[in-house]
Amino acid sequence: MNRLEIRLSGFGGQGIIRSGEIIGKAAVLYDGKFATFTQSYGPESRGGACAAQVAIADDPVELSYPHVIDPSVLVIMSQGGYNKYVPEFRRDGLLIVDSSLVELDEAAEGLKVLGIPATRLAEEMGRRIVANVVMLGFIAAVTHLTSPDALRNAVLSSVPKGTEALNEKAFEAGLAYGKEL
Amino acid sequence: MSDKTHAGVLSGEFFMQGDIACAEGAICAGCRFFGGYPITPATEVAQWMSERLPVVGGMYIQMEDELASMNAVLGASWAGIKAMTATSGPGFSLMMENLGLGIMMETPCVLVNVQRGGPSTGLPTLVGQGDMMQARWGSHGDYAIIALAPSSPQEIFDLTIDAFNLAERYRTPVLVMTDAEVGHMTEKVVIPPPDEIEIVPRRKPTAPPGEYMPYYVAPGEWVAPMAVAGDGYRIHATGLTHNEKGYPATADDSSQWPLIQRLIDKIEKNRDDIIVLEENGLDDAEVAVISYGIAARTAIWPMQMARAEGIRVGLLRLVTVWPFPDAAIYDLAGRVNGIVVPEINMGQIVREVQRAAAGRTQVISVPHPGGGIHDPYKVLDAIRRAAGRKVEV
Repeated sequence: MNRLEIRLSGFGGQGIIRSGEIIGKAAVLYDGKFATFTQSYGPESRGGACAAQVAIADDPVELSYPHVIDPSVLVIMSQGGYNKYVPEFRRDGLLIVDSSLVELDEAAEGLKVLGIPATRLAEEMGRRIVANVVMLGFIAAVTHLTSPDALRNAVLSSVPKGTEALNEKAFEAGLAYGKEL
Repeated sequence: MSDKTHAGVLSGEFFMQGDIACAEGAICAGCRFFGGYPITPATEVAQWMSERLPVVGGMYIQMEDELASMNAVLGASWAGIKAMTATSGPGFSLMMENLGLGIMMETPCVLVNVQRGGPSTGLPTLVGQGDMMQARWGSHGDYAIIALAPSSPQEIFDLTIDAFNLAERYRTPVLVMTDAEVGHMTEKVVIPPPDEIEIVPRRKPTAPPGEYMPYYVAPGEWVAPMAVAGDGYRIHATGLTHNEKGYPATADDSSQWPLIQRLIDKIEKNRDDIIVLEENGLDDAEVAVISYGIAARTAIWPMQMARAEGIRVGLLRLVTVWPFPDAAIYDLAGRVNGIVVPEINMGQIVREVQRAAAGRTQVISVPHPGGGIHDPYKVLDAIRRAAGRKVEV
């Protein structure tokens, strides 16, 4: 199959599911592609392990199988997510971690790893809750899943009214951090 | 999407979850009442209706349980409001009794089952298709039913509208049998402009109030026009076997015969109007995959792999599962070397396929107990077997 796959994992409450939805929305509504977003979560809504998966393609028939099978990009925002998904992650894939929350070990050996202290940067902006948006800005800078403009538009059209400025600032912080790598 | 809007039809392109697409389809179809009880993975339908219905002039009630939910939906329909509920396995079981009441009283409404793994509370967050026979036979007594099986968020939207239209046309509850996978999947959903959406309105009586009989069916028709509370007509609706006036007629089988025969015939004899099938690659097929909902969708990848191996395989997707498309399957069974039926249950619809195929070809089941979607290689192996190819074990 000819499609791009990304998985994001962290714990409930970090906005992982929301981030996956925003990436899919960017691809569909702002890049004119097709995307299937699926989520998996435990019975707990906060604190439990969760994962978001997005498959992106130019042709919807490429999305007939809805689950992400072998992602080329893995975004990890918790140690639990790291332990669950990094050992099985393909060795030519790109691993992106929130370096303020995740410690690398031998499971990441041989992988291309890019880190951003997304949670710390968000805390410095006074709102830890936008860590996932910092991460989305970083993803826009270091991957080709969607265009940066599409992802920015998807963020700004998804966040609650009145929080656009904060979220845009968070997105730009992540984007700038990624561009400087 | 989070903005409150008074528009009933939110025309445009969205990246929308299946459950929410279901709710929006209902609102487009004119649904203005939802009575329900939240249950994973159908909760988002209720949640979205609870936000949207009040701003479009409708009403949402969270009932005390699923028995009451189904009753509230029937009541709303008899008050003249297009009504829906959405649930999953355990709630579907509780709704069965009043589903039968809706069928017997000929009450248009829509019941959505976002199926999860069962039996009992089973796998609350994970997919299943194990309620397909319950959809057909779950309420007691003899009847026919209409059940639709969407395989994408866009199709949940489309088929929810179709379900409301069929409910009105045949004066009966219609089932939308989706599943956790499609309900919780988010994809592109296009909501057309209002004038491009066909809506079947409630057919009301035109006879003077003194002459109207709520269950008198005119020659050439299948159902009576439906007066509702407040229209000025005398009506009586009951779960008991009733005569044309709606009054109980339970002393012998003289009313039972025409009533039950008509409840079945109005659906079974209108198969050509009701049944929707999607064919893909069947023209030259030596093997046919017959499936529905998410299992039909996930069969496409193994079918592509089989085609790459030189096996001519095509898909018959049952958009309508009930009434069952016997004739199409009988015909197909005479043209292929084998039929493969993947479904996320231990083999339910495959039995219907075997019955309809009437021994004309081999029928191979690809079961799954729920909790996940099919391993594509299991479906591929079944296609290879149906084509008479050797299968590596």
